[in-house]
Amino acid sequence: MKTNTALVFDVSAIRNQFPILHQQVNGKPLIYFDNAATSQKPLAVINTIKDYYEQYNSNIHRGAHYLAQLATERYEDARHTIASHLNASEQEINFVRGTTEAINLVATSYGRKFVSAGDEIIVTEMEHHSNIVPWQMLCEEKGATLRVIPITDSGELIYEEYLKLLSEKTKIVSVAHTSNALGTIHPVKEMIADAHKYGAVVFVDGAQALPHSKVDVQDLDCDFLGFSGHKVFAGTGIGVLYGKAHLLEAMNPYMGGGEMIKTVSFKGTTYNDLPYKFEAGTPHIEGGISLGAAINYINQIGLDNISSYEHELLRYGTEQLASVDDLRFVGTAENKSSVISFLVKNIHPYDIGVLLNEQGIAIRTGHHCCQPLMDRLGIEGTCRASFAFYNTKQEIDVFVKALQRAVKVLS
Amino acid sequence: MQSIPEIEQEIVNEFALFDDQMDKYEYIIDIGKKLPALDARYMTDDFLVKGCQSKVWLHAYPKDGRIYFEADSNTAITKGIIALLIRVLSGQKAADVLSCPLTFIDSIQLRSHLSSQRSNGLTSMIQRMRAYAQAYL
Repeated sequence: MKTNTALVFDVSAIRNQFPILHQQVNGKPLIYFDNAATSQKPLAVINTIKDYYEQYNSNIHRGAHYLAQLATERYEDARHTIASHLNASEQEINFVRGTTEAINLVATSYGRKFVSAGDEIIVTEMEHHSNIVPWQMLCEEKGATLRVIPITDSGELIYEEYLKLLSEKTKIVSVAHTSNALGTIHPVKEMIADAHKYGAVVFVDGAQALPHSKVDVQDLDCDFLGFSGHKVFAGTGIGVLYGKAHLLEAMNPYMGGGEMIKTVSFKGTTYNDLPYKFEAGTPHIEGGISLGAAINYINQIGLDNISSYEHELLRYGTEQLASVDDLRFVGTAENKSSVISFLVKNIHPYDIGVLLNEQGIAIRTGHHCCQPLMDRLGIEGTCRASFAFYNTKQEIDVFVKALQRAVKVLS
Repeated sequence: MQSIPEIEQEIVNEFALFDDQMDKYEYIIDIGKKLPALDARYMTDDFLVKGCQSKVWLHAYPKDGRIYFEADSNTAITKGIIALLIRVLSGQKAADVLSCPLTFIDSIQLRSHLSSQRSNGLTSMIQRMRAYAQAYL
């Protein structure tokens, strides 16, 4: 088994599948450590998009002709692939633009119908703005209250506080599976079970989880889950909203238009069955198909292999960065994905980002769309290095040296 | 008082000494460190040049038919860049600040490395300086 893992996980063979990695930036070999922002795309995905336009571009679900049938088949195959991957049924897989749209869809279609004045919605202090603002908008509209689970200095949820916030008033709990800014993996399964005791539904923001680990919606028992294709090695503008079928059935459509209807007349319109009810208009066809290709690709490598390799990168990266003078880690949760947020001395993260870029290294700097988290930690932002399975320890070595050089210039 | 093109040429000559981009940045950062401190009363949102990650506070005042700039930033590189702009534009006639093409930024190859960063706000800084110049014409 071990031999098999080593054989399967040949990082140089994997890197060969990602053409973008083989280039120089500012005269240096590109080191891409901004994977939490977006991932790079393997040939399996790039070729799928190319094939779609070269061979069977066509509008789906309606045409009687060959190309339309082929495109429809591939699009629905992708839905099947994604459903199997999440352990869901196909009717529960709605193609959306990304996690942000998934959250907005639930806030609008579920929230408007089932949340009323006096109800409460719970999020965590470390959510992405996308998992805060749609709920704030809903609360404002309905006269509901947004409650926030506080965190520790190390970037972990204070679970007792979550339990205290839960009550009969709680209608929705929305939590990231994995924090984009700090990498903290939250105990979502436990949180979902506790929320269900009060009859609340739980939305899981899976944007940072899907690229790194297996997510089984039945095992989690989450009510909704959203993720973005572009973070999981597919293209931008495509993502998925998973919802339990009975909840999706009970919700009103999000957008009106073609595809989402059964019959239309000026007396009234009847809506299409799941999942088409939430897919108004011509969808992002090649996006959906290539997302299926991306999921197949990571399953070929194996998420267990990916997880253990990335865990080793995280361990090694943390160890190497610890050797940089006056570096402090932001977010030191026990259970973390391959994200390292840090600060050095009192240097502004932007300055470090620019000087790393000069040396060919891409990291993210700033508040990572988590201003409330930064406020809680009393900082403006961080430098964030986030690894994917195509990154290497050698790249980490180069990165640490480049960081030391940047710090020297900035000191 | 040197003209804007003269000062620009002087800066271009100074930067020509560096072939390593990191050395250029080190120089920019040093220039920023030497920028006189901005009076705290100008370090408010009214004087903030909108940028994504770095903050720049910019103040200008007219004196004897010329316009003077002073600024500060919370990031070292941006502070160096604004210091360079001040070196070129502060003490010039408002009309010249408005009409000059500011070619030194391209010549020292700063823009190519920074323009893609929407956070750097280089364009915003220049726009804000020109807006002050317009007001003090």
